[in-house]
Amino acid sequence: MAQIAPARKVYDVCVIGSGAGGGTAAKVLTEGGLSVVMLEAGPALNPYKDFKEHVWPYELAHRGADVGGRARHELNSEFMAPNGFWEIEGEPYTTAPDTQFRWFRSRIEGGRTNHWGRIALRFGPADFRARSIDGRGDDWPIAYEELAPYYDKVEAYIGVFGTKENVPNAPDGVFLPPPKPRCTETIVKKACDRLGIICIPSRMAILTQPLNGRAACHYCAQCGRGCVTAANFSSSQVMLPRARSTGRFTLIPNAMAREIVLDKSGKVEAVSYIDKTTRGENRVYARAFVVAASACESSRLLLNSRSNSFPDGLANGSGVIGRYLTDSVGSSLAGYFPQLEKVPAHNHDGVGGMHLYMPWWRFGQKNDFLRGYHIEFGGGRHMPGVGGFDGVCAQYEGYGPSLKQQCRKSYGNVIGFAGRGEMIPNEKSYCEIDPNVVDEWGIPVLRFHWEWGENELKMSKHMQETFREIIETGGGTVLGSRTQASEDHSTEGRALTDSAKAKASGISEGGTIIHELGTVRMGNDPKTSALNRNCQAHSVKNLFVADAAPFVTNADKNPTLTIMALSWRTSEYLLEQAKKGDI
Amino acid sequence: MGADLVSRRNVLKTLSIGVAAGSVLRVIPLEAAEYAHRIIAVEKSGANGAYTPKFFRAEQYKTLQSLCEAIFPADVECGGAVEAGASEFIDLLTSENTQYQLSLGGGLMWLDAECVDRFGKAYLECDPQQQKEMLDRIAYRKNAVADTSLSQGVEFFAFLRDLTADGFFTSKIGIEYLGYIGNTYLTEFPGCPAVPGV
Repeated sequence: MAQIAPARKVYDVCVIGSGAGGGTAAKVLTEGGLSVVMLEAGPALNPYKDFKEHVWPYELAHRGADVGGRARHELNSEFMAPNGFWEIEGEPYTTAPDTQFRWFRSRIEGGRTNHWGRIALRFGPADFRARSIDGRGDDWPIAYEELAPYYDKVEAYIGVFGTKENVPNAPDGVFLPPPKPRCTETIVKKACDRLGIICIPSRMAILTQPLNGRAACHYCAQCGRGCVTAANFSSSQVMLPRARSTGRFTLIPNAMAREIVLDKSGKVEAVSYIDKTTRGENRVYARAFVVAASACESSRLLLNSRSNSFPDGLANGSGVIGRYLTDSVGSSLAGYFPQLEKVPAHNHDGVGGMHLYMPWWRFGQKNDFLRGYHIEFGGGRHMPGVGGFDGVCAQYEGYGPSLKQQCRKSYGNVIGFAGRGEMIPNEKSYCEIDPNVVDEWGIPVLRFHWEWGENELKMSKHMQETFREIIETGGGTVLGSRTQASEDHSTEGRALTDSAKAKASGISEGGTIIHELGTVRMGNDPKTSALNRNCQAHSVKNLFVADAAPFVTNADKNPTLTIMALSWRTSEYLLEQAKKGDI
Repeated sequence: MGADLVSRRNVLKTLSIGVAAGSVLRVIPLEAAEYAHRIIAVEKSGANGAYTPKFFRAEQYKTLQSLCEAIFPADVECGGAVEAGASEFIDLLTSENTQYQLSLGGGLMWLDAECVDRFGKAYLECDPQQQKEMLDRIAYRKNAVADTSLSQGVEFFAFLRDLTADGFFTSKIGIEYLGYIGNTYLTEFPGCPAVPGV
């Protein structure tokens, strides 16, 4: 019996995910004249309703601690912009036995760019040639010089402050002027100068001058809450509005992509998604697809898109999808700096994050581990918040006027240091589809496997030693490791287990630095990579990946700026192909 | 506080209008105003009126208030923890968290039982010297090392002290006491004031 198919709407491009990668793709593709439909697994964002910029803690009944105090010591205080969660109800992930891994996911227009640290560092030339330099991991299929013009474009558009410094393998960019250092930063810089550690203005996606219709920063230090004037960068406020202004952009919120569907010719023709508001299944059709759901979520979608042509997941003939999972090496330590007691009350807020940082200062020198790390630090007279006085209360104990005075005397004198280093991919760290578990939408979930390598443990140990040196040289005293590095006495005199070794090194739990990436990597060889040098699937010409999944290395630079530069480059390539009629 | 809010709203508006022309943002002043109004509504709902505890029984709540005030008392400079709303904050969180209910609700029971054992009456009925004696015992970890029968009380008091600090130092009174200056709009960040040694 003949059926009459209704005329189906076919967009030029479907972008899955609205964060750094998806937002950049939407902007570049719509400006290039293509129509774009975007799927976002969470709701639309309304900054005026959703942001809590400038709210005092006493204006909220829970003071920022949230219901039942659940946000005490958590990343998600009540003040934070809608961003994401370590656990999402109804959407679990699993970890293999004896594996610890945490996965932070967003379900909101703009994704994790709504709250990210705005640290905008370029990867350096050596980061693209890792294997050629030290024999470990792999080289990227592209060189720094090929990505550099796209870093320029991203920085010029989103606005990044910084300074020209010529630090080896930490390339300078297109910079706005940096803000002046805070007192805490002045102290740390002096210590670093004495130790020969490079300490320079940080590079952050926050405007110190008006740019492209956005106001300059007003220095309230609350970037993480979301900025109503969009003086900081987020995809939701900077990329997507531009895409919308072309009239060629459609956002479908609350749309959880389930499967990418092939047509008879072997090209992708549609994405099946669950409409979370109705629980119904829909399809959206397009001529090309850009997957930018975040590295692991993109892997999950591809692995769940099985067909006769791709029994192990779409574009996964090589079997690499889910493999090469890395996160940044993280380690932290805090110090108390008594000289800050003498500093009179003053406005210390600044931008939402550090004004100075330490890029890897030992590049090209002999070290007892490969690759490197940078140091982030912060502290001082920030707006008081819940949990902020646990330390002084534990140290001084007691009660009454003396404790009250001690709290005031100690307030703002702590500086915390955090290292962010490069992990080398290993065989034991990957994600795969859990054969037994689905989420509430019926979609099979990811199972994680994780292990730090020896190189990462050595690096973390070096971080701890460096932080201690900086604190002591700067006239401070170490406050004991936040990562409980020194608390594991039980293992003395015995062979250390892997997790005990990790603890002793002060290294972070896998996934918790939220720089997880590499799981749909690019390369020149279709046998060892899923994507070509343009982040286009080797085996499916109209399929692209535009988040951090294509990364071949996880350099000691926060990935977001590189996600955007790479997505911009991929999108321009897609535009070219579309113009030629190849897609 | 009212004046603060008005100026905050005005600044918000000014900033919004400043970027509206040719902006990539769709700035809707109405929404900005609504945003500010929501803040005011939240503040009003917390104003004045006798507080009815959500979790603690009336007598227990009085003991809680007494302990909070002992931890951060009023002095010549500023009000104490109760005026800062610490006990209300703690009661609210406790009403929503079964762990808190055990450790704080149970802790208060422990305290009264201990006072009855030592002084023959509940904590609130003890005279100030007896109360001080009791608090001096449970306010320091080293006492629990010497006398392990105090360890539950020390644990309880340490947690209550942390939450009282939360409540006190996130209040308007506490923030002013600390001398935090900020949460405002600056056109330029001034950097660190000149201080010898910094």
